[in-house]
Amino acid sequence: MQQQNSRFFFNVDWITILIYMALCAIGFVNIFSVQYDPDKATAFSFSAEYGKQLIFIISALVLGLSILLFDSKFFSVFAPIVYGATIVLLLAVLVIGRNVGGNQAWIPLGSFRLQPSEFAKFGTALLLARYISSFNVKLNSLKPILICAAIIVLPMALIMLQPDAGSMLVFLSFMFPLYREGLPGNLLIIFWGAVLLFILNLFVSPSILIFSILIIGGLFAYNGRKRMQKVINVGIITLIAICYLFVAKYLFENVLKPHQRTRIELILGLTSDNRGAGYNVIQSKIAIGAGQLTGRGYLEGTQTKYGYVPAQSTDFIFSTIGEEWGFAGCFVVIGLYSFLLLRIVNMAERQRSVFSRVYGYSIACILFFHVFINIGMTIGIMPVIGIPLPFISYGGSSLWSFTILLFIFLKLDSNRMGFI
Amino acid sequence: MDQLFNRKYIVQGLFVLVALILLGRLFYIQVVSDKYFLDANNNALRKKFIYPARGVITDRKGKVLAQNQPTYDLMVTPYEVKPFDTLSLCNIIGITMEDFRKKFHKAVVQSKYQASIFQKLLSVQTYATLQERMANYKGFDVQKRTIRYYPDSIGGQLLGYIREANQREIDKFQGYYKPGDYIGKSGLEKQYEVDLRGTKGVKNMLYNAHNVAQGSYADGKFDSLAIAGEQLTTTIDVEIQKLGEQLLTTKVGSIVAIEPSTGEILAFVSSPGYDPNLMVGRETGNNYMKIFSNPYRPLFIRPLKGRYSPGSAFKPLDALIALQDGVVDENSTFNCPGYYIAGNRRFKCEHIDGNIALRKGIARSCNTYFWSIFAKMMLKKGYKNQHKAYDEWQEKVRKFGIGDTLGIDFPGESAYKLFTAEDYTKRYSKYWGYTTILSVGIGQGEITTTPLQMANIMAIIANRGYYVKPHLVKGIGDDKHIDPKYKEKHYVGIDAKHFGPVIDGMQDAVNSSIGTARESQIPNILMCGKTGTVQNVHGKNHSVFIGFAPRDNPKIAIAVIVENGGYGGAYAAPIASFITEKYLTDSLKGRRINGATIEQYKSANLLPVLKDKLPKQKLKTDTSKVDSTKKTAPLKTTAANNQFNKVAIAPKNNATTE
Repeated sequence: MQQQNSRFFFNVDWITILIYMALCAIGFVNIFSVQYDPDKATAFSFSAEYGKQLIFIISALVLGLSILLFDSKFFSVFAPIVYGATIVLLLAVLVIGRNVGGNQAWIPLGSFRLQPSEFAKFGTALLLARYISSFNVKLNSLKPILICAAIIVLPMALIMLQPDAGSMLVFLSFMFPLYREGLPGNLLIIFWGAVLLFILNLFVSPSILIFSILIIGGLFAYNGRKRMQKVINVGIITLIAICYLFVAKYLFENVLKPHQRTRIELILGLTSDNRGAGYNVIQSKIAIGAGQLTGRGYLEGTQTKYGYVPAQSTDFIFSTIGEEWGFAGCFVVIGLYSFLLLRIVNMAERQRSVFSRVYGYSIACILFFHVFINIGMTIGIMPVIGIPLPFISYGGSSLWSFTILLFIFLKLDSNRMGFI
Repeated sequence: MDQLFNRKYIVQGLFVLVALILLGRLFYIQVVSDKYFLDANNNALRKKFIYPARGVITDRKGKVLAQNQPTYDLMVTPYEVKPFDTLSLCNIIGITMEDFRKKFHKAVVQSKYQASIFQKLLSVQTYATLQERMANYKGFDVQKRTIRYYPDSIGGQLLGYIREANQREIDKFQGYYKPGDYIGKSGLEKQYEVDLRGTKGVKNMLYNAHNVAQGSYADGKFDSLAIAGEQLTTTIDVEIQKLGEQLLTTKVGSIVAIEPSTGEILAFVSSPGYDPNLMVGRETGNNYMKIFSNPYRPLFIRPLKGRYSPGSAFKPLDALIALQDGVVDENSTFNCPGYYIAGNRRFKCEHIDGNIALRKGIARSCNTYFWSIFAKMMLKKGYKNQHKAYDEWQEKVRKFGIGDTLGIDFPGESAYKLFTAEDYTKRYSKYWGYTTILSVGIGQGEITTTPLQMANIMAIIANRGYYVKPHLVKGIGDDKHIDPKYKEKHYVGIDAKHFGPVIDGMQDAVNSSIGTARESQIPNILMCGKTGTVQNVHGKNHSVFIGFAPRDNPKIAIAVIVENGGYGGAYAAPIASFITEKYLTDSLKGRRINGATIEQYKSANLLPVLKDKLPKQKLKTDTSKVDSTKKTAPLKTTAANNQFNKVAIAPKNNATTE
């Protein structure tokens, strides 16, 4: 333990840091391309987005390295306070926040804007890890599951008030660390089954769905016919599923906002809209498709240059990568992410403390969710819910919060042999 | 914990699976399908349009009525603009810095990469000054286009005008026009828009990320050349058109002259008019508003929309139908004691002519004679069948082109209703008879016509029984093609032999000492005609004359309406005679037998005084045509003159009619 304090980078996982830096560099290079104007090639500017992003990256690195200075126990001990602070920020943003594009998600701080929902992610991850690592918590009984659910749902509810559906959905990724810690797999199946039914409900006629549910239920019942209890359970679940269909339909039609409905319908191909909500996706797909195998070359993307893709430096940065670097570039980026995710999970598994392991799973799943949804929406297989691509998208809040997330884990990992 | 450890593989497996899904989808979009690649090229495509010259409009002999003159638009491509001395540019084109900012912002909003119009219609001088310094203004460019110029400043309403297409027109023509393109908005410019405009050429250029043209798209497969608009040869005779406009300058009215054998319209005057050059150039907007708000309504196309009772000018037609019906012959006489008795009412005639037959009846415009023949036509099937007789009669009138549009090649022709027996029944209930509608017999009451229809009636009589749909264009393009419907003859169902006696009467109306238009005799030319005096409840009666000349092998049929001009012989007939003389002899002897000169007719001011809004305006024209101001001088709104003289007799009186 004394050894650790005497050597700053003792046991730090350099491979992860290298991948992290590679992703940041890819982000900077592509944000520069979005902004680059061949006719107005002037000196490097710190007021342009790429200039700001460079500041963000450097400050994020400083931030990350300084996190390594903390004592490993700090995060566990202060987890409730960090969580409480992020909840306070989420409440504050509803009062003093600035409304950008319909979402009250930003707190202005000088020339920068703070996005509390980004920081709520690691606050939640810390508290969740702390709770699960406490004595006698087993995720196979109702009470701890409900407490975990409460920890997750509170920030979700506050973010929904902004309302920022994209950031809110990210919190669903906490389901996987819970699963790893013993949450019954059936619960996950039921949850995702409900999501699937919700989607099917939108474009399959109710009679067919009810019929299918009855048949599946019937098969299960037949399978468990020897035990009365099982048959009754199947019957109840089938009944609930059918009621759910109608509730879901009602929610979709009466609770969701029209633009949210439109986006969901667009992604499911129920409607097409080339100029409205679907415009981003079409232009993004065109940009990515134009890249072909090897890309048009750096700074040569016409889609990028003529500003066809809205929000290209933030949510749609992947379209620039796709256009200028082609499938090869996309392969590298997705490969880096996959490697990072798999490595974080492996690292999490080598932790001696439950706290570190839960935390590691949490950040892996948060990153996974972001990458999957973000890239998925640029190629039209996920709804456009406006969440950034980790480490690559332009923006200080998201970069810092992902950096903090990751470096806290690196710190925990560097101390993996110790007990927290 | 051990069995939970296995869940690691489930989570990692999920990561790998999703990564493979994303890569698979990317592989399809980027490598397998080239749809998106082509779409991206389309996005980087810029269309450059080449505007063809608009077709020239000429008169029937090839004299130019509307031609093109070059003008220059300053275009800007915001993306290419570099910092420069904005003030100097503002000074050259005469705008303020504030304007500059607004215009530039507008251009940026429209498109950063595509050129848009910055300042329209620069004068040649401005263009010359600008051209020298163009190198200082990166991103700005001058685009040449053409605007209309009208050498004679005539035929404002006839030719129409062109302006920027509005959104409705852009939608209607599905993609041909884009904002800033010009389109014919009225008159012949509108009617023949598709022929006149030609076809825009287009060049598809592909640009790379550095905004450098990479050459034409798909080797120019989708490029096209501009095709110039076709020349429009109108049927107008510029000389008599000009004369007509001069004669009506300070009057409200219209003149329509037709070549009877072809239906070609020789003159199409609507007064007051306006100088077409006012609708060109940068003052267009202001001039348009002035013309639009002029209380005498210069934009109203009177020859096609003016609604007049034909009055006595209807009598020849009535006589023809009576002759064809066989209810009278040319020698049948009626006694005119100066009035006509229908039922228990007495209707006044202007003269006391004693026994009067057809020829004199027309020459003297004897109301009694025409009431008598109208009564005979209505009663030919007996009292009980008057409604049926009326219906048969109005069907015959309809054949002369009354009660519907004539189908002229000009937008906005009005169709005024000709009453059927059923319409009268609706108005008077079923107890009505010829005495109820007696005024119709002399071309008043419910019969209303446009000046074009009146001229067409004259063409029918001149042709002895048929007409060709009146039209304004003789030929489109080099091969001078026109719609074949303007070559068909329409027969009106009157035998040629019946025209002789009627034409005799019309000849006498002008050329005998008893005629109503005797003061309008043209030396050496036998003009046949008929005057009309249309009662006007709003003021002085309208003066009407219709006629044709010469009597044999007629070359011109004409209708002249001068609102508030009094008797038909007072203004309409002399004006018609001057135009006819000019057309047939290409000269003007100047005087008529009563000693009046053409100048007196030209200068007579018959504009009604409008109490509320007197026009006070000075119009500016780019071409500094001074005489344009007087064309837009005041004139009166069309009189609602069809509402007069309703002979409404109570049903019981009708029953006692003899």
